[in-house]
Amino acid sequence: MARQMTGAKMVVQALKDQGVDTVFGYPGGAVLPIYDEVFQQNDIKHVLVRHEQGAVHAAEGYARSTGKPGVVLVTSGPGATNAVTGLADALLDSIPLVVLTGQVPTFMIGSDGFQEADTVGITRPCTKHNWLVKETNALSPTLHEAFHVATTGRPGPVLIDIPKDVQFATGTYTAPVKGGSKRYQPQVKGDMQAITALVDALETAKKPIFYTGGGVINSGDAASQLLRELVDATGFPITSTLMGLGAYPASGKNWLGMLGMHGLYEANMAMHGCDLMINIGARFDDRITGRTDAFSPHSIKAHIDIDPSSINKVIHVDIPIVGDVAHVLEDMLKVWKSRGRKTNADGLAKWWKQIEEWKAVNCLTYKNSDKIIKPQYALQRLEALTKRHDRYITTEVGQHQMWAAQFLHFDDPNRWMTSGGLGTMGYGFPASIGVQMAHPDALVINVAGEASWLMNMQEMGTAMQYRLPVKQFILNNERLGMVRQWQQLLHGERYSSSWSEALPDFVKLAEAFGAKGIQCKDPADLEDAIMEMINYDGPVIFDCLVEKHENCFPMIPSGEPHNKMLLGDASTKDAIKEGGAVLV
Amino acid sequence: MSALQIKKGSTKHSAYNLRPTFSDVIETHTLAVLVDNEAGVLARVIGLFSGRGYNIDSLTVAEVDHTGHLSRITIVTRGTPQVIEQIKAQLGRIVPVHRVHDLTVEGPSVERELALLKVSGAGDKRVEALRLADIFRANVVDSTLDSFVFEITGAPEKIDAFADLMRPLGLIEMARTGVAALSRGSNS
Repeated sequence: MARQMTGAKMVVQALKDQGVDTVFGYPGGAVLPIYDEVFQQNDIKHVLVRHEQGAVHAAEGYARSTGKPGVVLVTSGPGATNAVTGLADALLDSIPLVVLTGQVPTFMIGSDGFQEADTVGITRPCTKHNWLVKETNALSPTLHEAFHVATTGRPGPVLIDIPKDVQFATGTYTAPVKGGSKRYQPQVKGDMQAITALVDALETAKKPIFYTGGGVINSGDAASQLLRELVDATGFPITSTLMGLGAYPASGKNWLGMLGMHGLYEANMAMHGCDLMINIGARFDDRITGRTDAFSPHSIKAHIDIDPSSINKVIHVDIPIVGDVAHVLEDMLKVWKSRGRKTNADGLAKWWKQIEEWKAVNCLTYKNSDKIIKPQYALQRLEALTKRHDRYITTEVGQHQMWAAQFLHFDDPNRWMTSGGLGTMGYGFPASIGVQMAHPDALVINVAGEASWLMNMQEMGTAMQYRLPVKQFILNNERLGMVRQWQQLLHGERYSSSWSEALPDFVKLAEAFGAKGIQCKDPADLEDAIMEMINYDGPVIFDCLVEKHENCFPMIPSGEPHNKMLLGDASTKDAIKEGGAVLV
Repeated sequence: MSALQIKKGSTKHSAYNLRPTFSDVIETHTLAVLVDNEAGVLARVIGLFSGRGYNIDSLTVAEVDHTGHLSRITIVTRGTPQVIEQIKAQLGRIVPVHRVHDLTVEGPSVERELALLKVSGAGDKRVEALRLADIFRANVVDSTLDSFVFEITGAPEKIDAFADLMRPLGLIEMARTGVAALSRGSNS
């Protein structure tokens, strides 16, 4: 139904028609008309962040934990440039976001006006698509197309730049059309010949492995269900990338744990030694493959991905299948079942025996202490005390992130929010705010390092204002732990700028915001302190003072293949060779 | 393409239409990209090439369907088969891109380029320039007592050859359009 209204009103109307209930944002001159409309309605809740980067990460947390697109509203110029890191983060991790930015009026564009920036120019390479809307009549179709593009195909962030005069002017509003924009309709069904070829390979494989990624979670709950059915019915082992944790339950019997640079020994060895690799919704990221020319040298590789540009980008695959994970898995299961659910039982039994030997290495072993809290121990206690809760975990970036992926276990998708591709320090805290907004009664914990956490600590104001009981579990080693670890391994133990000098007193910091601060440094006190954090009704900063020089293992040194994992400190001397040192 | 000897895919977008990507040989390909003629679309395409480190040897763009607002971008690019396939896939996922055609592998095609060359000189050189222009079927589109502007159309190699001949005869300036290309035959 076509109606006349101002551009600003159209924005709010379109958000309502798209089912948006929460918007994260920060006002400014160029978005005042939209904020005026937001003020005059009650259907959409606006969350005032303290920095635009926080708004985008919060929207990512909201999106990742709900499966719905996250929505951001910020002003022109610095508002838009502050959002850029979040856009790049969402692009690499395929998180659906719709970001609305104000712009100077159309007649001022190009005049270097106050708070003017070439927002579509700046954000073009870090969005899936973006638009500058110069006519009010074009606004509502563009808004609807934006939601369609963000959520269809491989999800990603989109941005709409709306000049202020377009917000003021009156035009015709059109409601969303079913099926979305005609010009963007990615293929969701996989090629049946390719699916059949994969079933052929699956029936005979002696040493198969499922390697799954964030695409399974993006595909939706049905994809996770189908994956579980397929894994359990075939009896194949399964590993997952950082982004895919929870799609297959960590408590499932076929679960090998995460793979990759800091993945589990058994997962990486199985990837290296397999004869059939079935990549479902992962993208052969360099954190996963290690040295590509020695990556899983003896396997047939199948790759299911909705994005054709992911196929053969890094690793040449034998059975490429372009399509949506849920659609492809459904067809695959159908074909496999109709042909009698065959697998190579003898081969599989031997394969599992081999895997059990790798598992017996117990690669996550660490030397515990009764004097100082080991970060791994802290996470084990956190896992034990929170796993029965309705729990969501976010993380910052670094050692703590890898330990969290190793020691926390996820039995459901959408429970684990982390910055995988871009590795954005400062992601976790605002993301936890977004998650808590979407799940008010859940236990939301941000596993953080003190350095990452400080990057977006201003969001304490947001947590307090909206009474969001987010728990900031900071593993405080007074170091940029991962940087320090790399400096130890390949820069001659010269720790250039990798310690956290002049840290705040986190307890007092919490109290200054009106939140609760807890500090814990004695392993004997840890459980009680964690329980105190869980039971407190409000935001908590938990300052967990941990061992300062702990390294994160296991580790594939850069420039090495999967079967060259380092299992502990003893094996690290000269582990990274000249060629590997130039890699990140 | 696969180790399993699977036939080419049955669906239009099948990944089986991809070519093997093992070779390290650098190939030159002419790509025709049909796009919505909207603001920023050329920047998206060029940004993709610069951002991902691909080469552009030649690029032409103009609206070819005024009612449907469709533009055709013709790009000549270089790379290993893996890079070429990656370029096509990356182009294909840009929202305003309708179709990507690799004219180099999709059967025979014609490529033409137009160039304007200003040649300055007198006496024998001037006569020789005019004589060679005739051989190359170049037209004189401007003339003064001591200069010509030649217009020449042809494959890029023909234009290169003509320019090489004009250089000693007083070539002082040249403008080239870049390659426009179409597949041969009745299919679009």
